[in-house]
Amino acid sequence: CKHRSHISKYIFVVSWYMIFNLTELLLFHRQEIMKWNGWGYNDSKFIYNKNGQAEFTGKRYRLSGMIIPGLRDWMESTFGATVQHKTPATPVLNTSAVQPPTLNEAFVEGIKSTGIPFSHDPEDRVFRSHGHCLHEIFPLREGKVGRVPDMVVWPKCHNDVVKTVELACKHNVCLIPFGGGTSVSSALECPPEETRSIVSLDTSQMNRVLWIDEKNLTAHVEAGIIGQDLERLLNESGYCTGHEPDSMEFSSLGGWVATRASGMKKNIYGNIEDLVVHIKMVTPRGVIEKSCQGPRMSTGPDVHHFILGSEGTLGVVTEVTMKIRPVPEYQKYGSVVFPNFEQGVACLREVARQRCAPASIRLMDNEQFQFGHALKPQVSSIFTSFLDGLKKFYITKFKGFDPSRLCVATLLFEGDREKVLQHEKQVYDIAAKFGGLAAGEDNGQRGYMLTFVIAYLRDLGMDYFVIGESFETSVPWDRVLDICRNVKARIVQECKDRGVQFQPLSTCRVTQTYDAGACVYFYFAFNYRGLSDPLHVYAQVEHAAREEILANGGSLSHHHGVGKLRKEWMRETVSDVGLGMLKSVKDYVDPNNIFGNRNLL
Amino acid sequence: MLKKRDDFEDILEERRHSSDLRYALKCYTPVLYKGLSPCRASELKSMVLQSDQLQYVINQVSKEMGRTAEEVQAEASTILDEMAHRLQISTVRFFAFTLSKIFKTLFRSICVNEEGIQRLQQAIHEHPVILLPSHRSYMDFLLMSYVLYTYDLSVPVIAAGMDFMGMKIVGEMLRMSGAFFIRRSFGGDKLYWAVFSEYVQIMVKSGFAPVEFFLEGTRSRTAKSLTPKLGLLNIVIDPFLKGEVFDISLVPVSISYERVLEEALYARELLGVPKPKESTSGLFKARKVLSEDYGSIHIYFGQPVSVRALAEGKVNRCQFNLTPRHIPRKPGEEIQSFVNDLAYRLVRSQEENMVLTPWVLLAFLLLQNQAVGNERGMSLDELTEQAAWVRDLSRQFGAFLHWPESLCAGGGDKQDVLLFFCSPLESEMPHSAMTSEEELLNRAVIILSCASYRNQALHLFIRPALLAVAIQAASSNKKQEVYNSFSFLWNMFSNEFILCPGAAVQDFEEACYLLVKSGALQISQQEILVSGRGHRTLAFLANILDPFLEGYQVRKCKFPIEGAVELS
Repeated sequence: CKHRSHISKYIFVVSWYMIFNLTELLLFHRQEIMKWNGWGYNDSKFIYNKNGQAEFTGKRYRLSGMIIPGLRDWMESTFGATVQHKTPATPVLNTSAVQPPTLNEAFVEGIKSTGIPFSHDPEDRVFRSHGHCLHEIFPLREGKVGRVPDMVVWPKCHNDVVKTVELACKHNVCLIPFGGGTSVSSALECPPEETRSIVSLDTSQMNRVLWIDEKNLTAHVEAGIIGQDLERLLNESGYCTGHEPDSMEFSSLGGWVATRASGMKKNIYGNIEDLVVHIKMVTPRGVIEKSCQGPRMSTGPDVHHFILGSEGTLGVVTEVTMKIRPVPEYQKYGSVVFPNFEQGVACLREVARQRCAPASIRLMDNEQFQFGHALKPQVSSIFTSFLDGLKKFYITKFKGFDPSRLCVATLLFEGDREKVLQHEKQVYDIAAKFGGLAAGEDNGQRGYMLTFVIAYLRDLGMDYFVIGESFETSVPWDRVLDICRNVKARIVQECKDRGVQFQPLSTCRVTQTYDAGACVYFYFAFNYRGLSDPLHVYAQVEHAAREEILANGGSLSHHHGVGKLRKEWMRETVSDVGLGMLKSVKDYVDPNNIFGNRNLL
Repeated sequence: MLKKRDDFEDILEERRHSSDLRYALKCYTPVLYKGLSPCRASELKSMVLQSDQLQYVINQVSKEMGRTAEEVQAEASTILDEMAHRLQISTVRFFAFTLSKIFKTLFRSICVNEEGIQRLQQAIHEHPVILLPSHRSYMDFLLMSYVLYTYDLSVPVIAAGMDFMGMKIVGEMLRMSGAFFIRRSFGGDKLYWAVFSEYVQIMVKSGFAPVEFFLEGTRSRTAKSLTPKLGLLNIVIDPFLKGEVFDISLVPVSISYERVLEEALYARELLGVPKPKESTSGLFKARKVLSEDYGSIHIYFGQPVSVRALAEGKVNRCQFNLTPRHIPRKPGEEIQSFVNDLAYRLVRSQEENMVLTPWVLLAFLLLQNQAVGNERGMSLDELTEQAAWVRDLSRQFGAFLHWPESLCAGGGDKQDVLLFFCSPLESEMPHSAMTSEEELLNRAVIILSCASYRNQALHLFIRPALLAVAIQAASSNKKQEVYNSFSFLWNMFSNEFILCPGAAVQDFEEACYLLVKSGALQISQQEILVSGRGHRTLAFLANILDPFLEGYQVRKCKFPIEGAVELS
């Protein structure tokens, strides 16, 4: 990791610790390489090895094959989760537990005649029946399967989608678009009240970069493309989109558009709504798109904003023209230690005020800092561990930071070398005013790695009675500290009130800065030993936490979306009139509720 | 209705057996609020002056009055200097020493419920705490700080009236023991209000120390709880409503005196003799009280009340989402009614945990006897019999009685009753050489003193008493009719007694429940019937309200029944 220079100018590896296996995702049967009841790739997971040490398996990530000596202790001390108490997942899907499909014969005939691939294989259907909310994954681990789509279709291009939607309208079947399947809002859940045949429209075969326009710096891409593939293909031509949501290994462009996604490096590249220039969507009324690619228009309300965040309720996004940028010359990680969270937030606020945020700047609270520490892989040399000890001594003893209060900001700078170094100095100077000490590149890098492996960690937790989830919000600057304190405290109190026997983990981080506020992420997990209905308790606590977020001036969601999980709060979020507007659009575009996933409204 | 209450511990007991000096110099390490960012009293001042809230108002005032912001800022600073406490532990220790000496001479015991202290300690650690003692005497806040110091809890900062500041040295001493001073009225003064509310809120938010104030606003001269004042309560719960703290614990404290120091003063004040101005020389002159016996004090720390739990479903905190929180706003209707309910609830829990002595119950009987024109008093046997009867009734109503063992056995020891009967009045007995005017005044003082003892237990009987009068006044025994006249009385007396606004129906139900339980009433679906042995109870209860009805001059007229609510 000392060799920054390996980041070549043309083959720019987005997240250097990932090793891509692009072609695998072209497979129709993604379950062959991905877990059907957990996160990510089959071969990558946390386990306790023969020596009882935590280890991350596989070869795909920088952390793969490494021992993580601190993890087991952290699991035990944080959750009281010991290796003796195991709750392993059902390894293989019992296909007889899957309800036989309710097929609309006329529709199936129609699809057959178009030549669009389709399947009603139980494994294909189950894989597309859920996102990654706890209440979706937990039953699957126990081998319980609820309502699943009756059929999966794989259109290969825009025209295939047009045909599929026409057939669906003609024969009145319910279509649920499926991109990467990384939803955390119950958006992919089949509505139990749906009586029609449910067809999952899997966009994964629409994954081509159709053209790159270097004069205008745009690329026209099919919407089924998965984030890491898009980035890799563009990198080959020396470009990138710079859009890197935490789920980018698995999530799709169409999904980003449909949920108003946000990327880690939005400070440079913008969020998805800033990145799209043109969108094509197939709806039951026909195809919606703009007539030109003007960079901005004053033509009434922007129709793109009916599409962005529509969560699959209006149609399928098939093609998107996106802004692209030349791959940056230089990239540098960094980190800053603050004596406490308050100072850290004050620093981020100042950075935002001066509009000098690096590509990414994130602030972890103390619990998360300790968690990050527990994920440190085994150090190879005595020298490194000696150095670590020295650093720790310097920060806690010499600088007087309280180890139980200090917190860390991780930074990622990007651009040409000179500017990055200048920028870096500016940010560290601001940090110093808030008592921040530069804490090295390694800590920064590890912080970002955490983002990608944390979802895998949840599976380890679930093997040992620990359930958890993350949720996010956006909030004005003056509310950040209050919301963090209150939501964390609310989670602890609700767990106590609901009979959770162990102290929960309740932690947060500030992950994005804006001129007028920030995005805050909460992580919440607890050991459910002794609870008869852990999922219900979990749902109640998360519900209370969301109420607390709203009461503290936070938004219903910054980028996860509403889905079905949060739609009860839509009315108060957008007002009666706002909801009516959205409803009338839905009624016009899709009067027969063909796109019947019942998200949002 | 029998409530589980904690046991008491006499804190003077130890003081009588060990060194006061050592006690005053003891190691004092109170539990602190877990979210406390440690700061000194002097730092609070700059936090207040630099706060967004105050800066906003300073700018506003300077624009409105055409003064420079610096001038207004300077004025704010002066206000704050006049107001702020300068809590320091050495002064607290000094008070601990001197008060030990004084309390030992004045009182037989100071009893505190230790479980309440433990609950308080826990609350202080978890959340910012507001202490809300009842207010019957100047002694109240000295006692509170004394007790908290004794139990190694953070001594509170106390909102005190400006009157004390006039006292030389003593005013400053109080300031150094945690008192901060507020003007009695500052209605239109925006700047004063801003400085004051910000000062209090910063102390609440930072968890600097428990904040103490009196919900009743002033000492009750009649021993009857005063209707709560909402200003300070609004200020202290605001940080919760705006999300600046996770929760706030409100701790009602009931301080019951067997005999208040100001007993005679109060009666004279009520008769129009002006209140002596608070002054150090006045205090010095009043040292003669040291030679008298003021019996025992009971201090009951009630269950901490979570503002969060109570506001759940009543206040939508989202209402603060759309304007910056530092811009002052009048609380909306929802918040006003929440704070109002909260205040009444707290005063009621103060009342419920007041310890009642036998003499309080005797005062009922003696006053009722006197009211029927019985100049010669009543026989001891009769009084004893009635006292036992009232004791049983009040127990059924959930009274917190402190009934000495010797008095327990039914007809009991007549001597004891006599002692209780005489002692408080002794000092008021008229001397021989007096003008008839003076004699009349003295007589009135005795009656009023007696009434103030009776008032200590009014809260216990008020709802059944309203029902008793309502039954007498109603034209039939139909439940709805009775409720209508109950509701009339309830509305009329809503400022006289602690009757939670809007709770007429609940109060009616509660009164019915108590009287059915004590066997005085039988209630069917439609009718309310007085049982055979109920007449005595109802007569006693109705008599309680007599002086008040007379005061309101409604004795003879029929209650108009309008705007009545249908009982469900």
